[in-house]
Amino acid sequence: MIDIEKIRKDFPILNEKVYGKSLVYLDNGATTQKPQQVIDAICECYAHYNSNIHRGVHFLSNKATDIHEKSRETIREFINADSSEELIFTAGTTESINLLAYSWGDFCVEEGDEILVSEMEHHSNLVPWQLLCERKGAKFKYIPFDDNGVLSSDFDSLINEKTKLVCVNHVSNALGTINPIKDIIEKAHAKGVKVLVDAAQSIQHIKVDVKDLDCDFLVFSGHKIYGPTGTGILYGKKDLLNAMSPWQSGGEMIETVSLDKTTFNVLPFKFEAGTPNYVGNIALGRAIEYVNEIGIDNIEKYEADLLKYAHEKLSSIPSLKIYGNAENKASLISFLIEGTHPYDIGTLLDRMGIAVRTGTHCAETVMQHFDIPGTIRASFAIYNTKKDIDDLYEGLLKITKMLGL
Amino acid sequence: MTIQEKQQDIIDEFSVFDDWMDKYSYIIELGAEMPALDSKYQTEDNLIKGCQSKVWFHADYIDGKIVFEADSDAIITKGIAAILVRVFSNETPKDIIDADLDFIDVLGLKQHLSPTRSNGLLSMLKQVKIYALAFSNK
Repeated sequence: MIDIEKIRKDFPILNEKVYGKSLVYLDNGATTQKPQQVIDAICECYAHYNSNIHRGVHFLSNKATDIHEKSRETIREFINADSSEELIFTAGTTESINLLAYSWGDFCVEEGDEILVSEMEHHSNLVPWQLLCERKGAKFKYIPFDDNGVLSSDFDSLINEKTKLVCVNHVSNALGTINPIKDIIEKAHAKGVKVLVDAAQSIQHIKVDVKDLDCDFLVFSGHKIYGPTGTGILYGKKDLLNAMSPWQSGGEMIETVSLDKTTFNVLPFKFEAGTPNYVGNIALGRAIEYVNEIGIDNIEKYEADLLKYAHEKLSSIPSLKIYGNAENKASLISFLIEGTHPYDIGTLLDRMGIAVRTGTHCAETVMQHFDIPGTIRASFAIYNTKKDIDDLYEGLLKITKMLGL
Repeated sequence: MTIQEKQQDIIDEFSVFDDWMDKYSYIIELGAEMPALDSKYQTEDNLIKGCQSKVWFHADYIDGKIVFEADSDAIITKGIAAILVRVFSNETPKDIIDADLDFIDVLGLKQHLSPTRSNGLLSMLKQVKIYALAFSNK
């Protein structure tokens, strides 16, 4: 069971007032708030053992390095990877995917090859692949979804001997759909095709087990799982990462350098050029520990209940239409109110102290599918309560009245 | 009526509201009352960039004065555009260029001015001034 009052006390920002009103934060899909434990981990590092990692012979550097690598180990265990060598620290999901698109993409994709991306991807998992296809003369193909927000189940008919990679999110940031990635991976692997999973919107909500999924690559951002901004992970199977060339170069990723030739460090350092965001990475480890303390299974159950409640409550508003009605959804609701622009609703909710996201959510292909300018998105995290949803509901009722709907 | 007098009028109208909801209701009302912009003017050229909603500003130069018309697919944005049209329409380019914009602050709309709000008030004001500059050279 979850002690929600205790959890809420961990997040100092929840005590903030917005326009004199208590903050109702429902923009967790954009970023989650940070528990005091994570904030403390950042301060502690700077106050007590700040020192560049992997470099010095001195005490502080060794201490910082140890804690940094312990953090990697914590995250490895969390996603059940075989080895911490398979976890590359990045600046976030976007950088993880760009690293892959350049390093793996340049190495593995040739003219005439095909990359298969779902129609419901965040731009970060779409544009880097479009650009790769342009660079290589490869073909960019997509897996369509239906009006409920469910990916076409016969997507494997789109896979052929030219397909090199399938890129799909675990949870859609615009619709909330939980995609059947295990099934997708199984079908892709049956045809010898690799799969990248974008776990940016799942890692904080549901169990992600890379071994069980058997995904080839998996990426996520630290700031969406209660960790600091500018952190993220690229997980890749060891043999795939070993075969890839470095993307950015310099610093710790080097083994030896001479004017004739440079050789590179082993995994995971080969892909971590320059001084890493070690303070952030250490605090990300603390964020994952925080999630472990609550238990991801407990989080999943609690948030599923919250989502169900939100669906019921919001559905009862006659002029409200929910976008994304898949059976399996995680922790967010995208919706529109008939005859209004999402921007208007977001502005008025803001004045009530309710933070939501409006717009295309960096997923314009999803908006194009429905031919809408964007949606209002309420996205939940572990500290949200049914009262937050009641506040959203009451706020929306007031707004519909105000707009004469 | 000068730009400043029009601004003062609007400030007076807004001063009766002490509740933000009433103020926004009024902005919404102003938006609803402004006639729709002829679809032939709802063009890419008249579209103001940097807004989450679509906003079009069209300007005509008649007898030395600029006549503005505007529209938006979001009603609050349209209401704010209506305020700008009321203040700046039928004024000379010089008066528009010289106009003080403090009234935005007084109306309590300053939060809409931040470039990160992506709601376009700042872009709309810029566009109004750009039109004035362009016509001042004619």
